[in-house]
Amino acid sequence: MTEIDWSKPRLLAKNIRKNFDDRQVLKGVDLEVYPGQIVALIGSSGSGKSTMLRCLNLVEELSDGQIWLDGDEISRPGIDEDEVRSNIGLVFQSYNLFAHLSILENVKLALKVVQKKSDDEATKIALGWLDRIGLADKAGQYPDKLSGGQQQRTAIVRAVALNPKLLLLDEVTSALDPELSGEVLELIRDLKNSGTTIVMATHELSFAREVADWVIFLDQGVIAEEGEAADFFAKPKNARTKEFLARVI
Amino acid sequence: MSQSEISSAQHARETWRVSRKRRSTLTAILSTVAFAVVAWLLLVNTPGWSRVQTSFFDWDTAVKAFPHVLDGLWLNLRVLVYATISVLIFALLLALATTLRNPVLTPIRLLAKGYIDLFRGTPLIITLYLVGFGIPGLRIEGLGRIAPEILGTIALTLTYSAYVAEVFRAGIESIHPSQRLAARSLGLSYSQSVRLVVLPQAIRKVVPPLMNDFVALQKDVGLISVLGAVDAVRGAQIEVSHFANFTPYVIAGLFFVLLAIPTVRLTDWLSARMAKREQMGTLL
Repeated sequence: MTEIDWSKPRLLAKNIRKNFDDRQVLKGVDLEVYPGQIVALIGSSGSGKSTMLRCLNLVEELSDGQIWLDGDEISRPGIDEDEVRSNIGLVFQSYNLFAHLSILENVKLALKVVQKKSDDEATKIALGWLDRIGLADKAGQYPDKLSGGQQQRTAIVRAVALNPKLLLLDEVTSALDPELSGEVLELIRDLKNSGTTIVMATHELSFAREVADWVIFLDQGVIAEEGEAADFFAKPKNARTKEFLARVI
Repeated sequence: MSQSEISSAQHARETWRVSRKRRSTLTAILSTVAFAVVAWLLLVNTPGWSRVQTSFFDWDTAVKAFPHVLDGLWLNLRVLVYATISVLIFALLLALATTLRNPVLTPIRLLAKGYIDLFRGTPLIITLYLVGFGIPGLRIEGLGRIAPEILGTIALTLTYSAYVAEVFRAGIESIHPSQRLAARSLGLSYSQSVRLVVLPQAIRKVVPPLMNDFVALQKDVGLISVLGAVDAVRGAQIEVSHFANFTPYVIAGLFFVLLAIPTVRLTDWLSARMAKREQMGTLL
């Protein structure tokens, strides 16, 4: 198990706000993530978890606030957003594998066109990751021939293969039945052990309690409560948190 | 369980299925034959049938006109190839222009939309006249005399690009935005995500409707004859005046049908295959 490096934050987000027309989805959220740390975002549907992750990856335009990645402000005007995104992996609930490409080509695509790696090198990296999740023998298969769990694990390694500084997981097990979500959770445990920095929005509270170092409870676009995972679940302070935990667990 | 040990219930079911299938095949054959006989009798009993027979279906004229019409068809085929290539390129550019979201490029988007509206609305024959007689009328220096088949190809491209652009646009919009989102989140630029993720999937989806437009184009290449190009239709027309007999038109018509049949069958096959992929396992 790798240790968390507390010397300086990997990701720092201050006062993140996001409005869709006149609806305020995020009303000023702060976030600090340290290298090697796993942060879990929990909260009911519509609390702003997914929007927060999308804002961090810059696929959603901020309404206000600032974000720094390794001390470099990535929310400043004129920054190369494509390059930032290749440094921050984002994985979706619905996998979103490219339907016209085999899973090997799915993993290779960004290695080649974004990181400009040669075809051989990209193949080597991609096969290495597919092997790690036990899908090397299915490398030539198209996504629709795989189970949901296999697709989601491929989607995760597609993001991780780029060696991002930060991995964002947006309810990656919500579309899977318990057995298949188990495979995906196993991969996340594996990534944690190799030191990947992760922010994950999740409904799997028992998993959050097990792997997360820090838990944030989002409620109606603001942080209602946050704390060390063990404390957070053992003795929640906020009334809304107690109510949420009582309802879900 | 092997095939030899099916239950009696399954055996009864299969016997019934086979007998039902045999009966419906027999009904289909009988009704087709009956219909053909009735249609044939109605035709040959019309008062002018014998005159129509000699002026449209004359074997000697057919044999003599055949080589000239076939020569003309060769021109149609060449125009078809050039028009198809230029339509695919131009239509794809038009379709991409209509999907632009960047406000700076709004004029390009509006221009493309306006173009599509204009040329989808204009009858092909009008476009042929405008291009065929308008462009030479400009007397542009150094251009010389442009062959009518080239002007015809330009007119066909202008009209068909408008239709095909709409097909491409529908294909592009049928690809779920989450595919583009995934591409962008991996660091692909806008144009990379369109080129490498959206377009390959969109083009696959629109192959059957594109083939349909191709069949239509195969026939419409015959319209370049109005500009004086000696294609299969104009070739037939010359033979018609020569023999004072309409049979060469029938020959030209048959040529176009023969040209279309393989494409039509291929389109059917492709559509059926795609439908099968999309609704695997369903019976109806």
